Amino acid sequence: MAEKEILESLEGEYKYGFTTDIETETIARGLNEEVIRLISQKKEEPEWMLERRLQAFRHWQQMPLPKWAHLDIPEIDFQDIIYYAAPKQTKKLGSMDEVDPELKRTFDKLGIPLEEQMALAGVAVDAVMDSVSVKTTFRETLAEKGIIFCSISEAIREYPELVKKYLGSVVPYTDNFYAALNAAVFSDGSFCYIPKGVRCPMELSTYFRINAEGTGQFERTLLVADEGAYVSYLEGCTAPRRDENQLHAAVVEIIVERDAEVKYSTVQNWYPGDKEGKGGIYNFVTKRGLCRENARLSWTQVETGSAITWKYPSCVLLGDNSVGEFYSVAMTNNYQQADTGTKMIHIGRNTRSRIVSKGISAGKSQNAYRGLVRVAKAAENARNYSQCDSLLIGDKCGAHTFPVMDSKNPTAVIEHEATTSKISEEQLMYCRQRGLSTEDAVGLIVNGYAREVLAKLPMEFAVEAQKLLAINLEGSVG
Amino acid sequence: MLSVKNLHASVGDKEILRGINLEVRAGEVHAIMGPNGSGKSTFASVLAGNEKFTVTEGEVTFMGKNLLEYSIEDRARMGLFQGFQYPVEIPGVTMANFMKIAVNEQRKFRGEEPLTAGEFLRMMREKSAVVELDTKLTNRAVNEGFSGGEKKKNEIFQMAMLEPKLAVLDETDSGLDIDALRIVATGVTKLHTAENATIVITHYQRLLDYIVPDYVHVLYKGRIIHSGDKTLALKLEKEGYDWLINNLEE
Repeated sequence: MAEKEILESLEGEYKYGFTTDIETETIARGLNEEVIRLISQKKEEPEWMLERRLQAFRHWQQMPLPKWAHLDIPEIDFQDIIYYAAPKQTKKLGSMDEVDPELKRTFDKLGIPLEEQMALAGVAVDAVMDSVSVKTTFRETLAEKGIIFCSISEAIREYPELVKKYLGSVVPYTDNFYAALNAAVFSDGSFCYIPKGVRCPMELSTYFRINAEGTGQFERTLLVADEGAYVSYLEGCTAPRRDENQLHAAVVEIIVERDAEVKYSTVQNWYPGDKEGKGGIYNFVTKRGLCRENARLSWTQVETGSAITWKYPSCVLLGDNSVGEFYSVAMTNNYQQADTGTKMIHIGRNTRSRIVSKGISAGKSQNAYRGLVRVAKAAENARNYSQCDSLLIGDKCGAHTFPVMDSKNPTAVIEHEATTSKISEEQLMYCRQRGLSTEDAVGLIVNGYAREVLAKLPMEFAVEAQKLLAINLEGSVG
Repeated sequence: MLSVKNLHASVGDKEILRGINLEVRAGEVHAIMGPNGSGKSTFASVLAGNEKFTVTEGEVTFMGKNLLEYSIEDRARMGLFQGFQYPVEIPGVTMANFMKIAVNEQRKFRGEEPLTAGEFLRMMREKSAVVELDTKLTNRAVNEGFSGGEKKKNEIFQMAMLEPKLAVLDETDSGLDIDALRIVATGVTKLHTAENATIVITHYQRLLDYIVPDYVHVLYKGRIIHSGDKTLALKLEKEGYDWLINNLEE
C-alpha cells in the first residue's frame, strides 16, 4: 500500500500543493511599528510583549542582511510581505465540532487527524495554520501532569512569568537578522513546559502549514524542560504550491534544565518550487537549545522541502556533562538550495556532542553542510564527533562542506569524518535485476544512506520521512 | 524457454558478443565456459538488460516474448535472474527489506497479493536454509561487510526467494573455498526443477561436479565455438582450450 501511495504521489508532483478555500483575515502588506502594534493587539497581548516586539523591530531595522551562506538568495522585499494572516473566526472555539470543516479537511489531507485517531497514535498536536493555533489536543491529559502545551499567544496571556523568563533567553533578538525579524512580528507557534521530574507520556507534535498567499510565517516555539524532565517533540511542515515565493522565518528556543532531556524532531517539506525553480518557500530558521548540567538535547531533522533552507539547529552545552546531538538528512532536488548544519558550543566540562549529517543532492540543486564546533577555554575534556556525508545524484548538483572547529582547550578531542559518494550504476542495476523500478531503487538506496538519521525519528515520522525522500527524488535519475 | 539467435552486443565501439546462438529448454542446465575475456559475463549482463551494453543484432526470446523489448526490472519480474559475479553493497538497506520489496514486486507483476509479514518471514527462514545462510545476515545491509562466500551464498538465497524461471549464474564459484562451493552448488541443485532452467558461467569443472550440466558450451571471442555434454568440461579441465582454439584457426 505504501508503494502505491508513493506511485500516486510521483504522478502528482508536490502532493501537498493544495490551498484551502477559507476566509482569512490579513493585514496590509509591509512592516512598520503600526503593523507590529496591530499584530500585538490582534493577539490580545500585554503591554510588555508589545514593548519587546518594538525593541526587536527597531534593532532589526539597523541590521544588514546576512550574506555569508552558500546560497543564491533573490532580493526579498520585506515591505511586500503580509505579516499577519489568520483563519477568520468570529468567536473562540470550544470543541472540535466548531472547527471550520474546510480547515479540518485540510488537516485530513495532510494526514493529521486531530481527533480520536491521535489518541491511538499517542500524539498530541498543536496545529498551526498560517498564524493562529487552530486546535490543541490532549491538553487535559497533559495538564494532569502539569505539562503546559499551548500556542505561544496563549502562553503569553496565561503564563507570562514563564514566557518572560525564557523567551529570548537562548535566541535573543540581537542574534541575527531573521531572529530579530521574528521577535518583532512572530504571529504564533507553540509553547511547551514540562515541570520538574516529569516524563511527558506522549510525543508532542506541531504541524505547520503556510496557507494564505503572500504571507510570511513567523512562528515562535519555546520549549522548556525543567530539571529532570523529558519530552520528545515533533514538528512537521508543509505548504501549498504557489508561484510566488513565501518567507518563513521561525525561531525555536529550547531550554533543557539540569538532568533533563529533549528530543526535537523535524520533518520539513515546505513547497520547494517547481522544476524550473519558480516559487517555493524561503526557510530562514534559527533553532537553538541551552543545556544545563547533565542535560541532553537531540535535534533530528529531515529537510526535503523549501526553495532555500538556511538553518542550523544548535546546542549550547553550558552545564557540565551535558550532551548535544544533531542528526540531519537534507535533500535538495531541481533548483533547491540548502545551507544547513549545526553549532555545538562546548562551555561546560566533559561536554559531548555528536553530529551526523547526510546531504543528498539531485537535479541542479546545491546542498551545503555548515558546522561549527567551538570548545571554550573552561570546557575540560570536551568531545565532539562529526560525520558528514554527501550523496550526489546526477552530475549537475553540488555538495559542499564547511566544517569549522575552534578549540580553546587542549584537552578537547574533536573528530571529523566526511565522505562523498554517488549512487552507482551497479547499485541500480542490482536493484533493478531484482525487480525494483529505477525510482524505487533510488528511493531505497537513499533511505538506506539516511538510515542512521531516520532511525532517530519516532516511528510514524520515520515512515513519512522515508516516503518524502522517495517522492522528492522523482525524475532525478535516468 | 530461452532462444538466442545471432546475438551481437557491444560496449562503445567494441563488439563483444559476435553472434551467439543458444537454445535452453525447461529442466535443463547449461554451462558456459571459456577463456578470460571471451564474453561470458557480457552475455549474462546482456540477457539481464544491463544498459552498459548495446545489442546491435540478433534476437532473444524468453518465455515466448521478445526479451530485448523489456526493461531490466520487467525481465526480472518475468522470471529472469542474474547471479552477479561481484554483488554490490547497498548500505543501510537490510537484506530482509530488500527481498520483501523484490518478492512483492514480482508478485504484483503476476497479479498476486503481497505477502504478509508472517508469510514473508517464514519464506525467508525456509529459503535461507537452502544455502545454509545465517539468518542473522538477513538483518544486515545488503552485502555490506559480507565475506566473499557470504556474498555468493546470498546470491543463491535471493534466487531461492525469487524462484526464477531462468537463472544465469555468473561465476558463482569464484572466490569460494571448498566448503562454500559445495554449499552454494548444492543449493543451486536443490532449486532445480523440471520447470526452470539454469545457465552457469564458470571457469572450473569442479562446480559442475555438483551442478551437473546437460550441455557445456565454450565461448570464445564472442561466439560459442563448441558444445558438448558434461564430459566436455572434464576434457577442458585436462587439456585447456587450446585444442579448440587451434582447431578454429586452422
